[in-house]
Amino acid sequence: MTAADEAPSAMADGAAPPDAPRGSRTGTMNPSRWLAAGFLAPALVLLGFIVVYPIVFTVIRSFFDATGNRFVGVGNYTNMFTDQQTLVSIRNTAIWVVVAPTVVTALGLVFAVLTERIKWSAAFKLIVFMPMAVSFLASGVIFRLVYQQSPDSGVANAIITSVHDTFAPSSSYPGAHPRPNADLAPQGKAYATKTAARPGQAVLLPLVGMKAADLPKGAAKAVQAAARPGALTGTVWLDFTLGGGGAPGKLDPAEKGMPAMTVEAVSGGRTVQTATTGDDGTFAFTGLKPGSYTVRLAASNFAAPYGGVTWLGPALITPSIIGAYVWVWAGFAMVLIAAGLAAIPREALEAARVDGATEWQVFRRVTMPLLAPVLTVVFVTLAINVLKIFDLVFIIAPGSVQSNASVLALDMWRDSFGGGNDYGLGSAVSVVLFILVVPAMIMNIRRFRREQG
Amino acid sequence: MTTITETGRVAGAPRRGLAGRIVGRAGGGVLRVVLVLVALFWLMPTLGLFAASLRSQTDNSASGWWTLFTKPAQLTVSAYEGLLSGGWFVPSFWNTILITVPATLAVVIIGALAAYAFAWIEFPGRDWLFVLVVGLLVVPIQMGLIPVAKLYGALHIMGTIPGVVIFHVAFGLPFAVFMLRNFFVGIPRDLLEAARMDGGGEWTIFRRVILPLGMPAIASLGIFQFLWVWNDLLVALVFSDTDTQPMTKALQGQMRQFGTNIDIIAPGAFLSLIVPLIVFLAFQRYYVQGVMAGSVK
Repeated sequence: MTAADEAPSAMADGAAPPDAPRGSRTGTMNPSRWLAAGFLAPALVLLGFIVVYPIVFTVIRSFFDATGNRFVGVGNYTNMFTDQQTLVSIRNTAIWVVVAPTVVTALGLVFAVLTERIKWSAAFKLIVFMPMAVSFLASGVIFRLVYQQSPDSGVANAIITSVHDTFAPSSSYPGAHPRPNADLAPQGKAYATKTAARPGQAVLLPLVGMKAADLPKGAAKAVQAAARPGALTGTVWLDFTLGGGGAPGKLDPAEKGMPAMTVEAVSGGRTVQTATTGDDGTFAFTGLKPGSYTVRLAASNFAAPYGGVTWLGPALITPSIIGAYVWVWAGFAMVLIAAGLAAIPREALEAARVDGATEWQVFRRVTMPLLAPVLTVVFVTLAINVLKIFDLVFIIAPGSVQSNASVLALDMWRDSFGGGNDYGLGSAVSVVLFILVVPAMIMNIRRFRREQG
Repeated sequence: MTTITETGRVAGAPRRGLAGRIVGRAGGGVLRVVLVLVALFWLMPTLGLFAASLRSQTDNSASGWWTLFTKPAQLTVSAYEGLLSGGWFVPSFWNTILITVPATLAVVIIGALAAYAFAWIEFPGRDWLFVLVVGLLVVPIQMGLIPVAKLYGALHIMGTIPGVVIFHVAFGLPFAVFMLRNFFVGIPRDLLEAARMDGGGEWTIFRRVILPLGMPAIASLGIFQFLWVWNDLLVALVFSDTDTQPMTKALQGQMRQFGTNIDIIAPGAFLSLIVPLIVFLAFQRYYVQGVMAGSVK
């Protein structure tokens, strides 16, 4: 039936004497192939039918078309490597295999080193390792929430926008605009008076387009700015009376000024003076040369608030999902590397110190080389795991960008089960995945043989 | 809590850790602050899911889950009530159990039997056969999906719970056999000889000596496999039906309307992760050992 089941009988004739364990540490209790067969049978039957036979079948199936009746040679493979969608998946899988294991291993190393002999390292390791116990589905849901676009629901953007706004405060009046019949016209994203104003005048700049409740806290009743000789004054206010009753363009009693608005006096295309409105919405340019000016409300007053990063958009989707993967697997790398660190013989470190090496040199020249085998195991394990990554991409990437985020394992499922219905192509993708893990398979077998001596 | 660090203790090592020695005394405080921040950063996403699951859909679409801490009045279990009375989630929870428990037990039992044969019964071709098992460790399950789907179709077990279980068992076996065999090999020969002197057959030795002494490894494997199967989505997507689907598949079906469905998805995801989390916290030593042994898979 399969190689697994034929192996014992094929080997039976030329079998070594049962007492010679061929260098293995195991030994003979009671040589009996029938007894062995009894113990092995359930495992070998399952492995044969569900694992080994399918490997053979999938390889053969990959040379047939979707119906399974027509032999197409390497047709499925050439389709795979010319199809736009699969090429995206291949590119993404390559990014995953290079980036994810590197970041996770590096982070694991940093965590292992940082927590070494810290009193509460057990608690720290427990917290970081915990995501390993949770399904990719749940992790995916968790990160869909984290990556929500609106800073009001996604915590990633909430943090980023609040940091951003700390250093570059956002405008107070996004969306505010002049009354349609007011003496103000858009100038880029700013608004400027249509008719020229002269020093000694007081201008009225009525705005609408926002709720009175959203005005800054200090906003007071808007008042008419007093006209002063030599000064150009004016009022910027929210020309809207709740419940109606206000007259457009007039300062009605219930209407409030718009404080902290940046107003510019423009002459001949140049901004000659800048003023800021007070709580009642008034401003004044003093000491202006006689002449005519345009009064402009600067664009910065109306800029839309910073919305954060589009984590789940086509451009960032793969890095975002890798971020979630790092969150899940960092604990794994940390625990393995910490065990490796603990196993480093102290004498080697002491010898280097006696020779006058600094701690950093000891780490670089002694610890790291001794840790290299552990780092390799961690990296290879992660690389194999990442090749098969499916759930996380499937869950985090919203439907509209799933084709941008796709990886080979997801393609395999979509081609064969998720609507594609092409077992030929699906088998070809599986075989490519399989070929990619063969080096790891050989490495495992070699390592095992070496350990057996 | 102590187990993860147990390996981190080396007799006579300097009191300060590696990082502490590199950054010196002054950096120690900074280091501690950084670690606390990292720990908070790692906890926050899960905490967010839990908080979101305790708010109404209206609150969740209006503001972030963190406002729950400033406005505790938002706290409500209505999302859980809605989910549990919905009629689809509870059956999927049972399906998860009906899949996970047998798949775990079967892998442990079948794996232990084979591992014993590989470790302690000499038979022709033993080493070659075991190398094959080692080779199978890394085979992607994608290689099995299509042929087994066809096989199940012919056997009329496609879409049934036994079908899902059998697939999980078969693909869990290489690791189970590998891990248990390596552990069983280390059991002192004298103990097995003694049992034989008393007239015990292989079956008696397996039950009376191997199983009790192999318990640490069996527990590690059991926990590892339990979490693996509980958390699976891909196998369920292919081999289960709407009335046999586990929680992962049922919840995946809700993801399409993520924005308007948070009141279903958040409590559902939380309920699906709370069991693995409890199992992990209760048996973390065994799980960490299983994961470390699995660093070849």
